[in-house]
Amino acid sequence: MNRLFVTAAIAAVASFATAASAAPAAKPTDPQIAHIAYTAGVIDIAAGNQALGKSHNKDVLAFAQEMVRDHTAVNGKALALVKRLNVTPQANPTSASLKAGADAKLTELAKLSGAAFDKAYVQNEVAYHRTVNGALRDTLIPDSQNPDLKALLQTGLKLFTEHQMHAEHLAAELK
Amino acid sequence: MAIRSARRLALALLLCGLGFSACAPKPRPAKTAEIIIDQLAFSAAPAELHVGDTLRWDNHDMFQHSATAKDGQFDVDLPAGRAGSVVLRRAGIISYICRYHPGMSGQIVVSE
Repeated sequence: MNRLFVTAAIAAVASFATAASAAPAAKPTDPQIAHIAYTAGVIDIAAGNQALGKSHNKDVLAFAQEMVRDHTAVNGKALALVKRLNVTPQANPTSASLKAGADAKLTELAKLSGAAFDKAYVQNEVAYHRTVNGALRDTLIPDSQNPDLKALLQTGLKLFTEHQMHAEHLAAELK
Repeated sequence: MAIRSARRLALALLLCGLGFSACAPKPRPAKTAEIIIDQLAFSAAPAELHVGDTLRWDNHDMFQHSATAKDGQFDVDLPAGRAGSVVLRRAGIISYICRYHPGMSGQIVVSE
C-alpha cells in the first residue's frame, strides 16, 4: 500500500513534467505550484497529528511534533506570500492526487497501533519526503516563476531534506 | 625628590609582591560572539573564543532550532526568529548540532 501511494504520488507530481516535455505550456503555474506545496505541507501535518494521537514512542512523538511545527511554519509563510502577491492557490490534479493518496494512507495507518503503527508511519514519512523532495527539485522549483515563491520552495527543500534524513535515521532505529 | 620616587617604587614593588591584583596581568575582557542561523545552517564559528565568553546564536529561520553540544555541555533552545546564548565554561573543541534537524552541525574552538 505504501509503495502504491508513493507510486501514485510520484506519478501525480511527474505528470506535470511529462506534460511539460510534450507541451511546454502545460507546465504548472505559480498558483498551481503554491497549491501543490501547501497541500504537501497539510498532508504531513495531518500525518504528524495522527502520530501524536497514536504513538507512545518518544522518538516518534518528537519527530511528529517536528513535522507539525515545521510544516505549519512553512505553510504560514506560504499563505502570507500568496496574500502579499495577491495570488489564489489553484487546485489541480497533482494536489488532488496527493491528497487522495494521503487520505488513503491515514485510513490505513488508523488501523495500526503500537510498534506496527510507528514503523509504518516513519516508513511512509521517508517515502513521502523523498517523493516531495524529488518533485520540488525536479519540477516545482525549476518551473516556479516568482522569485519569492522559488525562494520559499528552496527553503522548503532544505527543510524537507532534513526531515527525510531524520525519518531515515528513525526508520533504521525502529527496525 | 629622588628619594621620594624611590620610596614609591619600593612600595609598589612590595604591594605587587604581596599579590595585589593591580600588578597582575589584566584579565581578558569577556566578549559576546555570534553565530547566525539561516536557511537551516549555522554560520562559521567565531574566531578566538575563550572560556568566559558568551556565545549567542541568532535564529533567522522560521523554524525552531537548537544548539546542542554533542558532549552535553550546553543545549540552547532557539525558537523561530529568536536568539539564545551560553557562557563558555570549558576549553576544547565542541561539536554541536540542532537536535530538531540533526543535519545542521557546527564546531567551536574554545581556548583558556
